[in-house]
Amino acid sequence: MATTMKTLPVGDCVWEIPPSEKPGMLVPARIYASEALLARMDEGVFEQVTNVACLPGIVRAALCMPDGHWGYGFPIGGVAAFRADTGVISPGGIGFDINCGMRVLRTSLTEAEVRPRLAQLVDALFAAVPSGVGSKGIVRLSGDEFGEVMREGAGWCVRRGYGWPEDLDATEGGGCLPGADPGQVSQRAVTRGRDQLGTLGSGNHYLEIQVVPPGGIHDPRVAKVFGIERPGQILIMLHCGSRGFGHQIGTDYLRRFDQIMHGYGIVVRDRELACAPFRSPEGQAYFGAMLAAANSAFANRQLITHRVREVMGDVFGRDPRDLGLGVIYDVCHNTAKLERHAVDGEPLELVVHRKGATRAFGPGAPDVPAAYREVGQPVIIGGSMETGSALLVGTAHAMTETFGSTAHGAGRSMSRTQARRRVWGEALIKQMGERGIVVRAASKSGVAEEAGFAYKDLGEVVDVVDRLDISRRVVSLTPIGNIKG
Amino acid sequence: MGRHEFLESVAVADCAVEIEGDDLDDLFATAARALAEVMVDPATVPATVERSLELTAPSLDLLLYDWLSELIYVKDSEQLVFPGVEVHVTDGSPSRLTARLAGGPIDRATTALRADAKAVTFHQFALEPRERGWRARVVIDI
Repeated sequence: MATTMKTLPVGDCVWEIPPSEKPGMLVPARIYASEALLARMDEGVFEQVTNVACLPGIVRAALCMPDGHWGYGFPIGGVAAFRADTGVISPGGIGFDINCGMRVLRTSLTEAEVRPRLAQLVDALFAAVPSGVGSKGIVRLSGDEFGEVMREGAGWCVRRGYGWPEDLDATEGGGCLPGADPGQVSQRAVTRGRDQLGTLGSGNHYLEIQVVPPGGIHDPRVAKVFGIERPGQILIMLHCGSRGFGHQIGTDYLRRFDQIMHGYGIVVRDRELACAPFRSPEGQAYFGAMLAAANSAFANRQLITHRVREVMGDVFGRDPRDLGLGVIYDVCHNTAKLERHAVDGEPLELVVHRKGATRAFGPGAPDVPAAYREVGQPVIIGGSMETGSALLVGTAHAMTETFGSTAHGAGRSMSRTQARRRVWGEALIKQMGERGIVVRAASKSGVAEEAGFAYKDLGEVVDVVDRLDISRRVVSLTPIGNIKG
Repeated sequence: MGRHEFLESVAVADCAVEIEGDDLDDLFATAARALAEVMVDPATVPATVERSLELTAPSLDLLLYDWLSELIYVKDSEQLVFPGVEVHVTDGSPSRLTARLAGGPIDRATTALRADAKAVTFHQFALEPRERGWRARVVIDI
């Protein structure tokens, strides 16, 4: 294990680092992992999750999901809840890519129907959805219109004809988190992000055509509620966030909190954990700006959805509604949200930070859309571009164990530089093509960085969250087409 | 002449870089070149745009943070990258930077794109004098 800190087993796949292991820890740090995953976690996870445990107002424990790895500030896979009345909010617990998240669309198409037109489809999607460094978006907005996007999120898109009303029901928070305050957003953030709506970005962001493989439906009842009926069915998955707009808001407030937190008597173990009391003027300003970025991310994914529908309608010569292109769900994995959870039997208003962690609310939770309330919230776990992804469902146990949270991906196990050294992007694209996965990418080196071997085994991560009952496996998905930045 | 090295074992999903410079001017210029190299192949960006830039910050390390953040901002707001830089840094209260930038637009047809830098993080962020010259560590969010 990459730490000398005591890391004690306290349950099946649950490990705890007691507060005695680092001066200033207010609560234990808790890592959810199998013995094998824990052994392979890098030292950053242990340092960072225990640093988070030192932040003012944290309750119960600082958590790390089984896909956890070394991030900045929080570990990726980090979850922490702070009392809204006495705790803090930290941009480093959310990430610069505010409301980076996943969206998945069902289709009525089968792999047999798509395969003959797969290359054409991937080419058309690559042309229609801008990606890569410096790409510009698919709508041009005035400052006032961008303000509407900040306040309305995906709803703005639907109002303008870039979506279907029911898309909003299938989006976390209805695609609009209340409390967004454009007045707390810098002009630099607006200038940087206004022209990027409808873009994928780069890094691990993608737009993927996926198929339900044979044996890929693990829970037919819940899968049917999600609209997934049979192996061979085609789904579309996308992963992106708030683009330069959110990145600038993160930069602005990190810089500001770095300067003012000492005035509140706050000392952090990693400067990236710069924070402010949630109820302070600065904390509220960031919260309002961060929610504006979160709403822009919902709008971003909605616009890409619109483009996907246009392209698929063209390629298959059918109306997108005939193709069954409904949104199964859209879920954030980089946010802080005000939620009520019971802590030691007392219901508390908490600022729940999830950084590379997915909300996973269980059956009956009021925030789960009516269509899914009986089974629980759909959870989307994106894997590597080579190996596949998974749909799961939230559980009641997650509500008490992890503030209703679970993993968000496979989690990296190798640096980008190491991955680039091991494979050429063009060679990997060719190899994937030989295995039936068509790839179009703005950056060839970026493809090499995202090779399957650079990630943990998604199956191991999904096994752990399923065993822990913080989300349950529903469907496995295999990529057949991939658009990358 | 400054040097930079990408670190493989730090923040594996992002990009950690250690930078050394003979002096502050050299370190800031080297950091800018490293950032450009993260985003594009600098050889594929012809120097068709020139710019002057001035920045002030309360301390030298915040000046480095603001300098790199500014270059990331311009990449998104104007789709420009600047592999060629000349920088003059003055330590003081505040610390000051004047820079001449040479680069050009990101052209999807001709520019070899790499990773889209999102932001400069404060994780392990450091700028310190050495016996000879200066050293910095910067983790860039990818």
